[in-house]
Amino acid sequence: MSEPVIEVKHFRKLYDDFVAVDDISFEVHPGEIYGLLGPNGAGKTSTLESLEGLRAPDTGSLRVAGVDPSRDTRGLRNLIGVQLQTSGLPANITVDEAMKFFCAYHGVRPNIELINRLGLGEKHQTQYAELSTGQQRRLALALALAHEPQVLFLDEPTAGLDVGTRVELHSIMKEQKQRGATILLATHDMAEAEEISDRIGILLRGELVATGTPLEITATGAGLTKASVRTEQDCLGDDGAGFPAVESISVKDEYYIYFSTDIGPTVAAIIQFVESQGDRLIDLRVERPSLEDRFLEITTEGVAR
Amino acid sequence: MTAFLNHFRFEFRTGIRNRQLLFLNYMFPLLFYLMMGFIMVDINPMFLELLIPAMMVFAVMAAMLMGIPAFLVTAREEGIFRSYHINGVPPSSILSVLSLTTSIHMLIVGLIITLTARPLFNAPLPINWVHFIVVTVALMVAMVGISVLIGVVSPSTNFQVMISQIIFIPSMLVGGVMLPYEFLPEAAQALSRAFPPTHAMNAYKELAMGVSADFSAWGSVGVLFLGGILAFGLAIYLFNWDRRNEARRGHPSLAFIALLPWLASMLLS
Repeated sequence: MSEPVIEVKHFRKLYDDFVAVDDISFEVHPGEIYGLLGPNGAGKTSTLESLEGLRAPDTGSLRVAGVDPSRDTRGLRNLIGVQLQTSGLPANITVDEAMKFFCAYHGVRPNIELINRLGLGEKHQTQYAELSTGQQRRLALALALAHEPQVLFLDEPTAGLDVGTRVELHSIMKEQKQRGATILLATHDMAEAEEISDRIGILLRGELVATGTPLEITATGAGLTKASVRTEQDCLGDDGAGFPAVESISVKDEYYIYFSTDIGPTVAAIIQFVESQGDRLIDLRVERPSLEDRFLEITTEGVAR
Repeated sequence: MTAFLNHFRFEFRTGIRNRQLLFLNYMFPLLFYLMMGFIMVDINPMFLELLIPAMMVFAVMAAMLMGIPAFLVTAREEGIFRSYHINGVPPSSILSVLSLTTSIHMLIVGLIITLTARPLFNAPLPINWVHFIVVTVALMVAMVGISVLIGVVSPSTNFQVMISQIIFIPSMLVGGVMLPYEFLPEAAQALSRAFPPTHAMNAYKELAMGVSADFSAWGSVGVLFLGGILAFGLAIYLFNWDRRNEARRGHPSLAFIALLPWLASMLLS
């Protein structure tokens, strides 16, 4: 396997007596999109900001593209692109000026096309303070991408974005991945993390409690698969009718929802039962547990501990 | 260099686009100048003799002491410096561009004052223009240094306003702008030498306007340059990117070192 682009080893971050991040280790490889998930206060932003060179680790070591971010911040700047969760630009700077300003410091030509792609095409001469929150975030994103960095850090990149821009952002992230960029993405949006991340790490109270591909993470939970069924004559009872591997049942909007540990035999038995009752299936949906289900399971377990 | 020039262009425009900075850089000093010219000269005709230097000192002091620190603290609180940090804008550029652009605004204001003081109020012009420019540059260096240092070490807007006022109000009272140095009691004269305007007025008097200085005029120029450069160096050294900055190289109390030239100048004769 190739050398990791991001290396976090036994990283710990304290704010006075408060432990924000407690001895976490993970690696991200070239061209990978790594999603860092966790509830508020889990330590995502502290981890990202330490990797970006904005904070120094208390113990442990960090490396980004071969550079120690707490020691060589100057060397790091052209290697990384960062969209911070909280940052600002001067109120009077226009969109074009901001692009020219930061590109000049990165030593590259302003990428005006990126501004158009992110839906700011009609805002070239608009001052930062006059942009909406979503537009300000899009501009921050354009500035993070403009110098084509080797590593991208995105902290809640889709917060406050409309659906169209969100889709455009995902497509840009996939393009960045194709050109070889590595992306570390902190997000609350489980669907986004599941769709776009190659691997995921779940942080809870400063600890990395789960890591793996989205499929690996969802597979390590209780593993209950959901079958939602609706029939013409409503022949299914809410007692499960003795279907195999069913752990629990619920009823919602005329659908019987079966949670099964082994979905194959469960579905086969349901179909057979419906036919034997002279009824007819209107709808049958099988859904594996989502990342959100697994995330809630992990965070609930963690809080209960 | 391109990055610096780009930064400079943007920051210069901000000084005009931003209403608060426009007021502090242009409106406030020019309105005060007109008010002083029309009212103060009638009350105290002797004031006319030093109207141009006094208004230069006031303009530079007001714009820099009130504008620069507030701008720096606000930019830090609003996360603007975090954006600069992650994009590789160095502290030296942030502080020097701000200082240069404010100085240029002050040169424009100074030019307006110098060009209009004679036709409007019949105020005497400097007799030595080279010395007038040297003292003006020394005054700007001193005020820029002090102002950026206050902005860099102030943890909040309230603190910054308090520190700026601690310098601004005594400077106005005993700095030779409103009340001539020679009218002050001896103890107040010694104290007034701890403030940059006193040195600027002292140097303007002898070197530019042909009036006797109260103490060493070139000594005052030296103190202005030394005090300003020392404060500016300390500001770069103590620069912090955000409130939780962990990369700051020294404790903010090191800023007190900047007082040394001013305290030492109390011994000038």
